[in-house]
Amino acid sequence: MNDLTPLRRTIVREPVRNLSRRGFLGAASGALLLGVGMRLSPAAAQARAEGAAAIAPKPGTRISAFLEIRPDSSVRLLSPFVEGGQGINTGLAQTIGEELDLNPARFAVECAPPGPDYAVVNGLRMTGGSFSTRSSFEAMRRLGATAREMLMRAAAANLAVPQDSLTTDDGRVIHAASGRSLEYGALAGAALALQPRDDIALKDRRDFRWIGKPVARLDMRDKSTGRAVYSIDIRLDGMLHAAVQHAPHLGTEPETIANEAEVRDMPGVQGVHRLPGAVAVVADTWWRARKGAEALQVAWTKPAPEGIATVSESFSSAAMLAALKGTNEPGVSAESEGDPTGAFKGAAQVVEAEYDAPYLAHAQLEPPSAVARFTEDGSLDLWLPNQMPELFQQVAAKTAGLDPEKVRIHSPMLGGFFGRHFYYGPANPFPQAILLAKATGKPMRVLWSREEEFGMDAVRPLGFARFKAALGHDGMPVALQTTAVGEGPIGRWFGALFKSPVDSSVVEGLDRKPYAIPNRRLDYVKVLHPVTIAFWRSVGHSMNDYFYESFLDEIAQAGGKDPFALRMALLKESARHRTLLQAAADLAGGWRQGPFQAEDGTRRARGVSMASPFGSETATIAEVSLKDGEARVHDLWIAIDPGSVVNPAIVKRQVESAAALGLSSTLLEQVVYEGGKRQARNFDAYPILDRDRMPKVHVTIVESRAPMGGIGEPGLPGVPPAVVNAVAVLTGQRLRSLPLAKARLSGA
Amino acid sequence: MVQLSINGRQYDVDAESDTPLLFVLRDSLGLNGTKYGCGIGQCGACTVLLDGQATRSCQIPLESVGTQAVTTIEAIEQDPVGARVVTAWVGIEVPQCGYCQSGQVMAATSLLKQTPKPSEDDIAGAMTNLCRCGTYNAIAAAVRQAAA
Repeated sequence: MNDLTPLRRTIVREPVRNLSRRGFLGAASGALLLGVGMRLSPAAAQARAEGAAAIAPKPGTRISAFLEIRPDSSVRLLSPFVEGGQGINTGLAQTIGEELDLNPARFAVECAPPGPDYAVVNGLRMTGGSFSTRSSFEAMRRLGATAREMLMRAAAANLAVPQDSLTTDDGRVIHAASGRSLEYGALAGAALALQPRDDIALKDRRDFRWIGKPVARLDMRDKSTGRAVYSIDIRLDGMLHAAVQHAPHLGTEPETIANEAEVRDMPGVQGVHRLPGAVAVVADTWWRARKGAEALQVAWTKPAPEGIATVSESFSSAAMLAALKGTNEPGVSAESEGDPTGAFKGAAQVVEAEYDAPYLAHAQLEPPSAVARFTEDGSLDLWLPNQMPELFQQVAAKTAGLDPEKVRIHSPMLGGFFGRHFYYGPANPFPQAILLAKATGKPMRVLWSREEEFGMDAVRPLGFARFKAALGHDGMPVALQTTAVGEGPIGRWFGALFKSPVDSSVVEGLDRKPYAIPNRRLDYVKVLHPVTIAFWRSVGHSMNDYFYESFLDEIAQAGGKDPFALRMALLKESARHRTLLQAAADLAGGWRQGPFQAEDGTRRARGVSMASPFGSETATIAEVSLKDGEARVHDLWIAIDPGSVVNPAIVKRQVESAAALGLSSTLLEQVVYEGGKRQARNFDAYPILDRDRMPKVHVTIVESRAPMGGIGEPGLPGVPPAVVNAVAVLTGQRLRSLPLAKARLSGA
Repeated sequence: MVQLSINGRQYDVDAESDTPLLFVLRDSLGLNGTKYGCGIGQCGACTVLLDGQATRSCQIPLESVGTQAVTTIEAIEQDPVGARVVTAWVGIEVPQCGYCQSGQVMAATSLLKQTPKPSEDDIAGAMTNLCRCGTYNAIAAAVRQAAA
């Protein structure tokens, strides 16, 4: 989802200001509350420019709270982002703590409620696109620095000394000359009364005490002792539980329920409710609700008999792929360079290939749930996993028939992220919770069973690309023509916002490559999916880098080149990429393709790939053998250059985590439709990477000081092509369709 | 009414006899540290100890618990082996999203109670819970550290 970057505009630095401090947090007096203003939209900026904002804050300019410095000098931080394992809570504490001069360990971080002041991702608020750290780094540092200056000013008044005679040290303002010092917690109240300055200098990188260090993560103990609270753990007094049975074909509706009376009589059951595309059973416990939902004998309206315009009775993933493959339209140009047509005419050799990758489930381990409670004043509290609180607030308000301000969104920690928690229409349980809470007048918890989740999860789109390369007499590629066919989540869910004829989430990973291939053309052909499609960790890159980097190995083979040497040669214009590729080779003890015999007697080969996802760069090497017809991946060596990092330990673990998901998709995963129905409904039929298949993952960070890139997703895209390229060496076969589990592999 | 012994306390539970122990813990008793992942014994997020043995609580109907002592993640640090496991988990910073980690900690504790010095094969055989964040290498490192 790199396409969110076009939204990037100059973020006008708003002065950090006091806010009416009791209003927002309802915090105890003596707490220091600060906010940083960010532009929400050109319209809001315009409104501000017109002047009234100076008196009464307008939407998009109103300052709200981020920090509460408690009497014991600990900090409660309201974060723009939601923690889902990526370590953002710790990273923010490091970033703010660095400038505030307070140990990150003294931060307690929670996801902030909706509010325009949290729109720190290029004018939007969301946790996704590997944007969190890189989009907010400057603003969060400034927040900490401004708070520190206010505390020092308050201390200067308190001690009756010049402010420039003061220093700070981890939560304390110190007057060295007199040996006196004051705790931040004791100063917070007085500091509140001061006007924040907007010209505070940030620290020099060389003076960093916590940024760039492997600071301990804040959430480890809670997550190791069962105390971390996820949406699924929310419990309210008087709450009822609902389980649902969804329509077998997306888009069909319940008609009749043959045994409704019997289900109503089941133990604990309080009601049976028809919902859009589903029937819910409400009971006093979830298990009782679920037994009721499973017992329901529902007759559904008929889907269309055939076609791919809807999830018809004959819709299948195979038919969808055939439709993508059968598309021969010219498409829209996404990238064009040089004269490909001319280059193909003079080619010594032409290489062509078609690649595809399947629908994928997120399969996060926390099944989705939502809790809705209407309060007596008619407002709504909603607890739900989400990556975009304001968007969910809007949709919830519409569902409930309320103004958005009447909807309070609570965003607990996510039990798995992977792109599952954007708004995906029928793939979200919260509208059901709202409708049921409204119908029953009781606080309502909807939890989808794993089976319902596999049935309703929004899927990574099935994708397809066609390649044609022209090689010169020296075996080097001189032209590349690529066609990407399909639909991506940017077009589906944010099309109204971006309006581009090219869906960036379909072409990312095929475009903006660092390789010096002089003549290129990349076309996009839009073919809509009838199923609910989603962002999935690394989005378009999750398949496109496999397509491209595997085809690049085909080019190398056709031209008689070593794939590593070919990449080095094609990177002649980018020292940054050559350095990174060499770093991966060095980490792996040098490049060798093989096949070769390993110490344990297995026959192994290595594959290499590069990727440029989410503002970062990666180079990946995989070492693979074959066993029992399957690819066994022994080692992954990944060099990542995100420009600079906040926490190298978190970065390495995120890269390893992303690599594991990439390998899982390479080897095992596919959501298959037959007869309009998804075939796998649980992990027995949708295997994911287990411990037995987990390779060693070696990560090295290269900080080139280029603009900061993302971390959560970039480790993934290089893995599928590196593995498939190694498999091609071992088998002599080029596998152009994932997952590898579809084929039984044998040595060449 | 069924009597259960959980974390050294006695509980009276009023639920159908086929209710999985997992949902008795989470919904009847408010012990939310044990997680629901798949409900079919595949993922291991619901792992608890029954008489010290790692068991997937989604597969244990209430009627079959009987007098077995149930230990959940909420009491894991009261067990000396469990406390060591937690210390290793925190020290090595195993969790990412953390959702599966209650079950992982329970499985590791069970392994180390029975096999204080596990081989790599022992670890592979016992640590079969799924982790979608792919923390498997950190899990193995933490088990080794807790065993040391």
